[in-house]
Amino acid sequence: MKRNVPLLLAIIAGFVMIVAFFIPYTVSWGEDVSIWFDILASIAFILGGGNLLKVHLKKVSDQAKGWGYSIITIVAFLVMLFVGLTKLGVNPNPQFPGHGHWAGQYNEVGSPFYWLFESVFKPLQATIFAMLAFYVASAAFRAFRAKNMEAILLLATAFFILLGRTAAGVFLTDFIPEESGYSGLRLENITVFIMDVFNTAGHRAIMIGVALGTASVSLKILLGVDRSYLGSGEG
Amino acid sequence: MSRENTIWLIVFLIGAVMLFGRAMFTEHGMAKMYVEESPREFVDLGDEENPDWVSIEEAPEYVDVSAIPADHRVSWKKQRTSNYGEFVQQPAGGNIQFSLARSIGVWLAALLTLFVLSFLIKDNPFYKIAESLFVGISAAYWMVVAFWDQIVPNLIGKLSPTFVRNWAMPGLGEDARQELLYLIPLILGLMLLWRLSPKGGWISRWPMAFFIGTFCGLRLIRFLQADFLLQIRAGIDPLYVTEGGVFDVWASLANVILLIGVLSCLVYFFFSFEHKGIVGKTAKLGIWFLMITFGAGFAYTVMGRIALLAIRLEFLFDDWLWLIDPTDKRLGI
Repeated sequence: MKRNVPLLLAIIAGFVMIVAFFIPYTVSWGEDVSIWFDILASIAFILGGGNLLKVHLKKVSDQAKGWGYSIITIVAFLVMLFVGLTKLGVNPNPQFPGHGHWAGQYNEVGSPFYWLFESVFKPLQATIFAMLAFYVASAAFRAFRAKNMEAILLLATAFFILLGRTAAGVFLTDFIPEESGYSGLRLENITVFIMDVFNTAGHRAIMIGVALGTASVSLKILLGVDRSYLGSGEG
Repeated sequence: MSRENTIWLIVFLIGAVMLFGRAMFTEHGMAKMYVEESPREFVDLGDEENPDWVSIEEAPEYVDVSAIPADHRVSWKKQRTSNYGEFVQQPAGGNIQFSLARSIGVWLAALLTLFVLSFLIKDNPFYKIAESLFVGISAAYWMVVAFWDQIVPNLIGKLSPTFVRNWAMPGLGEDARQELLYLIPLILGLMLLWRLSPKGGWISRWPMAFFIGTFCGLRLIRFLQADFLLQIRAGIDPLYVTEGGVFDVWASLANVILLIGVLSCLVYFFFSFEHKGIVGKTAKLGIWFLMITFGAGFAYTVMGRIALLAIRLEFLFDDWLWLIDPTDKRLGI
């Protein structure tokens, strides 16, 4: 019951998706299972939120190190959740004005949810991702050493691509006329050639490898050979 | 207080005084946001049984809208983001006005941006506050999106279409039928939430297994179709390319290199043979191609992040401080 039913569930769900691809009669089955998948993925977000609340409430109740920051997390979570789920400050839908604010868009421009998204979520997310520029550059500076052919190729490619995509790169080889037979030596054209030929070759091989790997892992799971996702204990 | 902290305090105080001065004592100020508010008004011309809402502009002429009682009228103001340039150029009596809420939002966004960037100096309480806020806000944001975009229309809407139509989705078709089959994802969802409970961990294995099985079935087909077959098909190019009947050296060379590159990389990924002799040399060539790919990937990652950083700096200098005006939205002030 604890292991066989989930195993069967995984096999049936997986094979329904495969069969739905090949047999037109079963296409709607695949669509339904696909929607169920999306619903479960959405419920997983609720699970994530619940878990976040559980962990941080425990930290606050234990007064563990940094519990003050946990209060900020909990308050931010609850405020955003309340504002979004109640559609606070949302205008009615112009097509159905009699339905009140519930029929409006939860992320309508000017609503408190939109305000929190624009003023808190978006700048924080963008800045945290932008910070990676410094860390990637710093890690590259420390780790990259042109000590063998592979490292030289990696460094040189990165250098040419970075230079070729900037105004400085274009300026450096500006003296080579566009119409001449040597125009391929202009930095921006070298960049395009590297991207279209060498990069595409490597990328294509990686994609083929990933596809074969995914197919083999999927088959192992669907045929019940790989059961690691069921865990080891009976718990 | 240590000397380092004193210096930082002085720097921050000078910065704060300058910001205050720019915001309060300059003619145009800074970080001001403007919105255009267009009024919308609807009236109900029907009765309790059959409401008939129409926009006040579209109401028939014979109807005296001023006589319609308040409980049969709905009005609100629709907002559009505007700017200082449009504000000062609008004709008298225009709808563009200063928005305090949006302006506070710009200040908050700017301060949070600085809080995060302060981590570049060292870990500090400001960064931790920003980090904690981000964790809470983003978890709730995705929950709300999942609820309104998936759970309401696809789960509750299938199980109880009438309720959802009356509540939040009046546009849901009258022909939408109740589909009891959707009790299955509901039950699986509840089983998934059981994971929060300290006991009965095995219960959440069922939805997880469904999740994994569906994902495998979906990916097995999609990857083989979109990646495996399409990549092979895209790789079948002529090695002898002509343009207008004339041999095109560069295009032919590019296709030859592309083919050699793909094959040599695939040989490197093939571990059933020992990488020795000709196989080893080909695999080595494959590694070189892969290194070029990784170099290009690295360069693009760096460029992407720097572009994001530039956008944040542009936000600080343009939207917050009003020091630059690249899009001329403030008439160049």
